[in-house]
Amino acid sequence: MSDVFDREPDDPVRVLDVSGELVGDRPDLSDDELLALYRHMRLARHFDERAVNLQRQGRMGTYPPLAGQEAAQVASAMALEPRDWIAPSYREHAAVHVHGLSLSDILLYWMGHGAGGWRADVNVLPAAVPIATQVPHTTGLALASKLRGDDAVACAYFGDGATSEGDFHEGLNVAGVFDVPAVFVCNNNGWAISVPRERQTASPTLAGKAAAYGIDGVQVDGMDPLATYAVMRAAVEKAREPGDRPRPTLIEAVQYRFGAHTTADDPTVYRDEAEVEAWRERDPIPRLERFLRETGRLDDDRIDAVEASVREQVSEAIERAENTARPAPDAMFADVYADIPPELGEQRAHLHRLRDRYGDDAFLRD
Amino acid sequence: MSTDTDTQNLTLVQAVRDGLRTEMQRDDDVIVLGEDVAKNGGVFRATEGLYEEFGDDRVIDTPLAESGIVGTSIGMAAYGLRPVPEIQFMGFIYPAFDQIVSHAARLRTRTRGRFTCPMVVRAPYGGGIRAPEHHSESKEAFFVHEPGLKVVIPSTPADTKGLLASAIRDPDPVVFLEPKLIYRAFREDVPTGDHTVPLGEAAVRREGSDVSVYTWGAMTRPTMEAAGTLAEDGVDCEVIDLRTLSPLDRETIVDSFEKTGRAAVVHEAPRTGGLGGEITAILQEEALLYQEAPIERITGFDTPVPLYALEDYYLPSPTRIEDGIREVVDF
Repeated sequence: MSDVFDREPDDPVRVLDVSGELVGDRPDLSDDELLALYRHMRLARHFDERAVNLQRQGRMGTYPPLAGQEAAQVASAMALEPRDWIAPSYREHAAVHVHGLSLSDILLYWMGHGAGGWRADVNVLPAAVPIATQVPHTTGLALASKLRGDDAVACAYFGDGATSEGDFHEGLNVAGVFDVPAVFVCNNNGWAISVPRERQTASPTLAGKAAAYGIDGVQVDGMDPLATYAVMRAAVEKAREPGDRPRPTLIEAVQYRFGAHTTADDPTVYRDEAEVEAWRERDPIPRLERFLRETGRLDDDRIDAVEASVREQVSEAIERAENTARPAPDAMFADVYADIPPELGEQRAHLHRLRDRYGDDAFLRD
Repeated sequence: MSTDTDTQNLTLVQAVRDGLRTEMQRDDDVIVLGEDVAKNGGVFRATEGLYEEFGDDRVIDTPLAESGIVGTSIGMAAYGLRPVPEIQFMGFIYPAFDQIVSHAARLRTRTRGRFTCPMVVRAPYGGGIRAPEHHSESKEAFFVHEPGLKVVIPSTPADTKGLLASAIRDPDPVVFLEPKLIYRAFREDVPTGDHTVPLGEAAVRREGSDVSVYTWGAMTRPTMEAAGTLAEDGVDCEVIDLRTLSPLDRETIVDSFEKTGRAAVVHEAPRTGGLGGEITAILQEEALLYQEAPIERITGFDTPVPLYALEDYYLPSPTRIEDGIREVVDF
């Protein structure tokens, strides 16, 4: 796959065109894997729709939607092994689910529970809410893997806005200097809240920024799941197996976020609806669906079965998350330090006494 | 204070906008910049309409880069402009912390006044709005600890406009923290046009003789609520809204304590290293012999602000405030 890297930053890798026609080399995925890719993308879309509705119904807090990014997230995460690491932003619900977090783990976090958003047995760091802060963490994970002599690869996900932050530049620079096994996936979805990609940087591409750090930079059609998988797979293999190329890669997955930045944002103030509609033509889900139908891997019955199972899975996850009891206030004090310091212990005891004296209703505002 | 008697009934966030607009009309050097401040009008709509009125040379959407925004503002200020950079949430101010404390705060000192930094860094601050992580921080103490900075936190719409105008006209850098819990909680008559409230002066929100309660920002309202409840039991609280945390109005703080002999401090920031400790120290230094009871701090806990399922337990509630004041009064 060296041709993945030996190209100009503005020459995106493509495998499926917008109508689902094969226009490039199909990556090495079995029929089952191709169907899993499709199913995960459908799951991500439905999960997202339900999550937005939960927020609208007051059953969840602010939520950052992902619709439009299913291919970039699912296909890239499928190219990782369980021993690999993901350092996500706050929008990679699909990628971290593919890597092992359950849907209810993800929902719980957005429902304001500290028990959500991570899992002891999954190599996913907690969502990074400040922007680009996870990029140097990824370099650190990858450097640790290299120093330990492991073959785990670390992958960061971030948006186009993150490439303006100092942490992005510092993280990639250190990664290049120490030639660490890292993949930096920029989900370039065109907008950092109200600021379009063109006002984020004067660089013609984001992939081209890799040159400044002496690493490979590749642009891929991020709404083409097969191209995304192919590029990510090549980047992961290169990170794992040192050759004569630098191990880190910056992947710019060009895509579009159909929804708002978060449920607290109203994109109609700054974004033209015609632009959204134009990008819907490139929606990754019908695109893969057409390819799978035309190659005989999918038919109406199987699509209906996927639809039914996806709905059931999301409903169960919502039920599980909503049936999780409100955490006890002690949880707030529990993991601030390994051992609770005396002063903090006294604060915890003070809250206990107040709750005993006045009851919990005296504290809860709604 | 302004003598203008015309008023508009505004929320706190509308008063931010009115304050910015008035100062921008008054002084062409005032420039608003930050993430989403122009076309989007700010994520809280604090800058709505300014882009349309003043254009893209004076209301600038920047790339997503807090250190870049504040560092650029420092350069603009040194050149002679009056930039008002917005940091979208206080929890995102840390990349800019280096610029604020290493450079903005000491540009005047280092150049013996040759270069100055008349800049106002605005940021929504505090918890209670069921926001995600890093959206609820109240770390005013970090900035109060830095010599060369002024720190302002309003609690009413009229003060917001007046203090913001004073901050913009101030020759030194000001960190202006806006309590977003009360951005839209209530309205108040705010003078139209020119209106200033001096920096460095606390406001006595309620006069009383039994105990002095010091607070600021969003905690002023639950503190007033607790004071109202206590009044029914015959406890007469004097509630002092500090408004400016740096420089502190030591005179008002001490005068009140000399009258009441008892004090409580209410803030939502973590307790250890919070401003409550500084206020307590001032009272110890300047009015020890008036003291009738230990000074109580009613604060956030020494934990990160929890996700919203536990947020209500973290923030001082009227009940907690009332309980803490009773401890002081009943001593």
